[in-house]
Amino acid sequence: MIGALLPHLFPASFGGAIDFILEPQTSNVTGGTTVGGADQVIELTLNQLEVTLLALALSMAVALPIGLYLGHRGVGETLAVGLGNAGRAIPELALIAFMAAAIGVGLLNVTIALAVLGIPPILTNAFVGIRQVDRASVEAARGMGMTESEVLFRVEMPMAVPTLMSGVRGATINIVATATIAPLAGVLTLGDFIINRNVYGDDGVLAGAMLVALLAVTLELSLAGIQRLMTSRGLRLGAA
Amino acid sequence: MPDALALAAGQVGEDFFTDRSGERACEATGKLFCFDWAAENIDRYRTPTVEHLELVGVAVVAGFLIAFGLALLAHRLRWLQPPLLAGTGVLYTIPSIAFFFLLLPFTGRGFDTAAIALTAYTLQIIYRNTMVGLANVPESVRDSARGMGLSPRQILIRVELPLATPEIVAGLRIATVSTVALATLAVFAGGGGLGDPIYAQINFKTNIIIAGGIAILMALAFDFLLLAIQRIATPWRRAATA
Repeated sequence: MIGALLPHLFPASFGGAIDFILEPQTSNVTGGTTVGGADQVIELTLNQLEVTLLALALSMAVALPIGLYLGHRGVGETLAVGLGNAGRAIPELALIAFMAAAIGVGLLNVTIALAVLGIPPILTNAFVGIRQVDRASVEAARGMGMTESEVLFRVEMPMAVPTLMSGVRGATINIVATATIAPLAGVLTLGDFIINRNVYGDDGVLAGAMLVALLAVTLELSLAGIQRLMTSRGLRLGAA
Repeated sequence: MPDALALAAGQVGEDFFTDRSGERACEATGKLFCFDWAAENIDRYRTPTVEHLELVGVAVVAGFLIAFGLALLAHRLRWLQPPLLAGTGVLYTIPSIAFFFLLLPFTGRGFDTAAIALTAYTLQIIYRNTMVGLANVPESVRDSARGMGLSPRQILIRVELPLATPEIVAGLRIATVSTVALATLAVFAGGGGLGDPIYAQINFKTNIIIAGGIAILMALAFDFLLLAIQRIATPWRRAATA
């Protein structure tokens, strides 16, 4: 019974995809070209990681100061929350295609396009995270003689870490996913395996999908770990 | 089985547009957007728009039914909460475009594959918001309901769910708007939608702006629609804020 189900549950194509990841092979589609193998897999994985982290860094550099400032001052709620809502409506394929067609291809342009996806969730969550901090704690901090920047960095920010980080994680998931179609704008990521089936064949397509999924899940787990390290011990005890 | 994987850049929507003289004339002007071309060719976007609506409709409705059901189950059986949160989290994290191709050996190319991957993406958002909504119901309100003699089932339907409606609808709004945007990638699964015309003429700016613009307008329209439904479904909140 289970034996009869196995080929259905795990079609042979997955075996071919794993071979593609491990061993370079002669492309049977283009004839003669060597494709796949660990070296190419590592190169494209690092490319996707690079453009993802660059875009994430750019998003944070733009969104965090604005979100934290607005949240601390308690102004601009319509802007901060509206931007988060509007950002979700950006169609990923149209964004990358428009960047490539109207502005140009290359690492810098793709980084900017991906940062457009990352900025809204980070800015909104920074704002909301700071606003959610108990006003009594903030007043107590002021009463203790803390300066405004001390209030922000030593009271508000530590308490906003979970919300802040959920913004960063949401941004990362969308950025790393969209980096998969970056080859359309001239940056070779793991998505090249997926988009250029005529070069890599069916094994390459499936291998690309497996690797992209693995990369996204690994990034998400790493960020969850970082969030745990960043959350102050007192807050962790409170949550337990 | 390899045919099930027959999906690649060159094969998608290759013959979507045939006569390209209008496009060349427009591109030759160097303009970002050609109104003449848009006015003449807007009909080409009707079918992709309908397909896009179908993809989003199926994904969000199926996602809601599954996630809402799981949330009600986890509300009763608390031990289910950690595994359900982790499970839907993994489905949310796997990029849709990878999901399409991981499904291909099982479901082949087409609408179903795209709809399944998009549905999987919505689960976490709807599940989590429903759980938050139910958890936010004050214990004193539950106590009062019990004191009035309501059964657990009546408490859920007549007290907890109505009070959780704003969070549930908020989750639906996020899931719907994100799915409208993500569904542009369904073209890679052969699932049609507004990604079809974008991919068919990926260097033609007017085309990208029209198809992308329709997707953005569709997302905003769904957002307003769901917000309106929430207002109608929770009249007591209007009274409280007025």
